[in-house]
Amino acid sequence: MKLVFLICKKEFNSYFTSPIAYLLMAFFGLIFGFGLYTATRDVVRMGFQAQMMGQAQPVNLNDQIIRPLLGFASTVALFLIPMITMRLIAEEKKTGTIELLLTSPVKDVQILLGKWLGAMLLYLCILGMSAIDIGMLFAWGKPDWRPVLVAYLGLILQGGCLLAIGEFISTLTKNQIIAGGVTFFVCLLLWLLSWFTAFDSSASAQVVNYLSIVTHFDNFAKGVLDSKDVIFYLSMIFFALFITSRSMESLRWRS
Amino acid sequence: MIKVEGLTKRYARTVAVDNISFEVEKGQIVGFLGPNGAGKTTTMRVLTCFLPPTNGSAAVAGYDVLEHPIEVKKRIGYLPESPPVYPEMGVAEYLAFAGKLKGISSADIRKRVDEVLEKCAIGDVRGKLIGKLSKGYRQRVGLAQAIIHNPDVLVLDEPTSGLDPKQIIEIRELLKSLAGNHTIILSTHILSEVEHSCERVIIISQGKLVAIDSVANLTNRLRGSESVALEVETAGGNPNPSDVQQRLEQVAGVSRVVMKDSKNGRLTFEVESLQGRQIRPDLARNVVNAGWNLSELRPVGLSLEEVFLQLTAAENKGASPAESEAAKQ
Repeated sequence: MKLVFLICKKEFNSYFTSPIAYLLMAFFGLIFGFGLYTATRDVVRMGFQAQMMGQAQPVNLNDQIIRPLLGFASTVALFLIPMITMRLIAEEKKTGTIELLLTSPVKDVQILLGKWLGAMLLYLCILGMSAIDIGMLFAWGKPDWRPVLVAYLGLILQGGCLLAIGEFISTLTKNQIIAGGVTFFVCLLLWLLSWFTAFDSSASAQVVNYLSIVTHFDNFAKGVLDSKDVIFYLSMIFFALFITSRSMESLRWRS
Repeated sequence: MIKVEGLTKRYARTVAVDNISFEVEKGQIVGFLGPNGAGKTTTMRVLTCFLPPTNGSAAVAGYDVLEHPIEVKKRIGYLPESPPVYPEMGVAEYLAFAGKLKGISSADIRKRVDEVLEKCAIGDVRGKLIGKLSKGYRQRVGLAQAIIHNPDVLVLDEPTSGLDPKQIIEIRELLKSLAGNHTIILSTHILSEVEHSCERVIIISQGKLVAIDSVANLTNRLRGSESVALEVETAGGNPNPSDVQQRLEQVAGVSRVVMKDSKNGRLTFEVESLQGRQIRPDLARNVVNAGWNLSELRPVGLSLEEVFLQLTAAENKGASPAESEAAKQ
């Protein structure tokens, strides 16, 4: 476990010694801030219209702003994940530093867990940028904090899942661009699948829908903590890390 | 300390290492010699558990690389061909990371880092980013990483590549100082390297073991005849080069005289003897008796370079005494 944290710390630090961490955080903060601006603008505008028709209703911050905003964040995350994971193992293979890791008395599982945790920490930092905006809502309004917490839990689980998939893809190549591109494509596919199957009720669509990582986030966004979704995410993370470990082992046999 | 038996490593289509067996005793420095693509790196990667062997076995300190990889890795320090350093990390930071990775406790890590920084003479760059270092420094950081956990066995893949002559000498000294407690395998295609720092040589070519012996034995075994460099002073075209050559050829026991050079008033010849003949005294007497000024006379030993070329060339032809001896081992 000590070795896992050692690798995790090294991985996390190396994100912050390159501009990538700051770039991703700034990018996410900017987009999220813009999302908050448009969401509140629309709510205010609708509020004025309703008032003019004499049907004014109190604004529900949770339903009208936070929920669509965090749903939006989960989509933006799909685009950030490839940039976090593409270097994880591909870079080590390219520069040869993988030889240090694989010839040190460390198990493959410890390496990939450490790297995954390091990526998770960066992802948490990126998500943390949205806390500024959400914090403002809490400062000037009184939203319910419980559904917000559930939605964040959903974001973290969904991110963990995609990061594990990205790490697996990163073991397959020594080219970071390819690793990033393929991961991006997979994320995009998951996103599109959830769109295509949203209004389709055939059996195959149901299956695809169930497997789609994105659709499981919907419940979290509503503030519903369903063990079914949590278990889905946890088992997906486990599965993705498992095939990553298999792939790491095959590195030795393939190269 | 190291025992390799019938080791074969096959990649998709090519056989990189073909049925190699050798043993290395504790505390020895062994040179691993071969032309590019001979299978040196592959063998080292098997020893360090980076690659599994296709056939055969390799064991370090009694632990098999396939069955107890963690135990093997604890006892091995490995410097790959390109040093496995992270350019975005500082030198001391990187060494601390590598040390902890190899199981040094956080209590001892500072002391160990300081020790290897001093041993590898990189204390002056301890705070710098590795990416900003020159190749030579990076190589030494890689070496520091390999010795940080004080391993029983050091496996070094071309440790002196990219270093300047002064640094090469420093590394050689360092390796010699490490030799007593550590078993060292170093690969190189620079032969003088092996002559300087190794006790034994393993020569492989095209994945096959060609020879395994001590440096002295290898050169002796292949040196049948003596070769002598001889230099005579001239003044105003006197003596005539062809006269000197004729006179030298008449000396008893001389098989061949080749004129190497004639400038700055010096004539340089290389004289080869017949098998098992001492010709130096006769050569000197003849030159002096003719009234010429003999300015240099020295034996030219068969360098490891020539031994190596002979052995690997013989390997290609498929028959040589050296090979059959190697096969016996």
